Amino acid sequence: MAPPWQSAPPEGARPSLGRPGGRPVASAVLQHVVRSTVIDAPIDRVWAVLRDFNSHDRWHDVVAESRIEGNERSDQVGCVRSFTLSDGNRIREQLIALSDSEHKSTYCIVEATVPLQRYVATVTLKPVTDGDRTFWHWESTFATPPGRERELREMVGRDVYEAGFVNLRRHLREGGDRLGPGAAAMPSALPLPSRSAVVRRYGGPEVLQPEEAEARAPQNGEVRIRQRAIGVNYLDVYLRKGWIPAMLPLPGVPGMEAVGTVVDVGAGVSGLLPGDRIAYLGQAPGAYCSVRTVPSEWVVQLPAGVEDDVAAATLLKGITADLLLRDLGRVGAGTRLLVHAAAGGVGLLVCSWARRLGAVVIGTVSSEEKARVAREYGCAHPIVTREPRFAEAVQAQFGGADVIVDGIGDAARDENFKALARRGHWISLGQASGALQPIAADQLVQKSITFSRPAVFDYVATNAHLAERAQRVWAALADGTLKAPPIERHSLGAADEAHARLESRRTMGALVLVA
Amino acid sequence: MIRVYTSSVIDASADTVWSRIRDFNGMPQWNPNIADSRIENGEASDRVGCIRHFHTRDGGMIRERLLALSDYDYSCVYEILESPMGVENYVATLKLTPVTDGARCFAEWSAEFDCAEAREQELVETIGDRVFQGGFDALKAHFRK
Repeated sequence: MAPPWQSAPPEGARPSLGRPGGRPVASAVLQHVVRSTVIDAPIDRVWAVLRDFNSHDRWHDVVAESRIEGNERSDQVGCVRSFTLSDGNRIREQLIALSDSEHKSTYCIVEATVPLQRYVATVTLKPVTDGDRTFWHWESTFATPPGRERELREMVGRDVYEAGFVNLRRHLREGGDRLGPGAAAMPSALPLPSRSAVVRRYGGPEVLQPEEAEARAPQNGEVRIRQRAIGVNYLDVYLRKGWIPAMLPLPGVPGMEAVGTVVDVGAGVSGLLPGDRIAYLGQAPGAYCSVRTVPSEWVVQLPAGVEDDVAAATLLKGITADLLLRDLGRVGAGTRLLVHAAAGGVGLLVCSWARRLGAVVIGTVSSEEKARVAREYGCAHPIVTREPRFAEAVQAQFGGADVIVDGIGDAARDENFKALARRGHWISLGQASGALQPIAADQLVQKSITFSRPAVFDYVATNAHLAERAQRVWAALADGTLKAPPIERHSLGAADEAHARLESRRTMGALVLVA
Repeated sequence: MIRVYTSSVIDASADTVWSRIRDFNGMPQWNPNIADSRIENGEASDRVGCIRHFHTRDGGMIRERLLALSDYDYSCVYEILESPMGVENYVATLKLTPVTDGARCFAEWSAEFDCAEAREQELVETIGDRVFQGGFDALKAHFRK
């Protein structure tokens, strides 16, 4: 028979939609080929590869070259791809249906140097909810010249579909889909609806109001995230009150960290794919929302063993504990560590980690109930005080504190000086009671005191630093070094209530907003 | 309308698994949550339209009508007529699909229904995790290689 390639319409003359091309039918009976398998990867990751009609030369050994004709996008229904196969054959195929909701792609051959006629194929993915895997079903119908049915059924079923299963598995195992920009284009250029808790004027918890919003499509270097759990930090309260207006101009959305799933990624992003379960921590607020677009630099992968709300409760707070104990406090065996608000989100993490390091952990708390919880988390010596008054007790019992982790601020200023041992280190983490008045250098010299005022974001300025510290937190959670704090959950729409609770000093552990 | 979807992979061919679950009256033989079952009015259990009347292990009585049965697609569709669950317009589908590379099959069990808004989460978890996944777990244990 004459090669169909020669008699086919020229490239660029796009065939009409939905009409499978091909030569006159030689065999009346349609052949039907079905192959299926299970891939050990989440459906979003598999679909990100298979929905790209132009991806096959990157993962299927049978395809040497692939390109989309006429500069159309590879997810444009009606687009035509031109394959050169590794054996020299050429095939032009047209995308005739694409469904992101059903994870289904249907295409037909419009012309080919192989005698497949009226060939229509469908790729369908389904989630295996029992294990987060993917069922992949690939089927087609076609006609063949008489006598070649079996040969062509085998070619399609074995050399294309079954080989494709093996090749895609290898591609995912080697992370080929994560390599470099453009490898997993999942363009959805439209903004997605989002809900936010917005501050339109600075003030009390009541100024946090729910609003409908949009999350724009990710641009170069960005990812869009559907958020499930959002960490609440005392910094969010300062921002809401207008203490740092440069950081939260009005109207503004507070929140520095959240946990969720990647919806799509912009150009130039590597290592992140739609469907990845991630956490992020960023230096610009805006996390109190349901969908958010952020720089990929802020994002870290989340191990399966760490649950959403635990991650939201421990990313910023755990990294804070890590830098307080390792970098600043250099806390080790025998270090006398005084932790203010020891039953708070950061406090409990600092206590449990410091205990493992062998420190003598002293803490201030505002109630007996909080003392009980702090003790449970490793604070061996809780001091119950609402004043706060603690210096006398610390000096009498321990001869002073080597390191103070202070989130109280001005109200504890004089007591901190009194409680510090010689060469002690006062780390000012927060100012819940009000801004610290200036500290005179002369006051420090009296006991050779070191004063630190760290901003966490300077310690996680690059993605590598962030990932390294996050990894230490996840590992400490996994091996029990760090005990996840009690978590109080509020809905995103009730962010005002969450703030009121946090400021009431009645909460213990961490607060998380559920989106 | 609430939708629940649970799926799994079972280590036996679709034909083999289908022969175990096809009988609309046979749930007590494979699903540990089900205590007993009968078909009302003495009808055949593969007659579309027949009603099964069964009790769960915790004593709940459920009546379900067979809406569709396909030996070709390995699927069965049924609706709840009466149950203690507090669901309305409940229609469920149980379906197998062969996995061609290896003697296994892909099993899907899904349902759509209406219920009081406050109970959505609880029902989704009960139906998806306990009823559907519980059934799959029993099948997986039975056919474990």
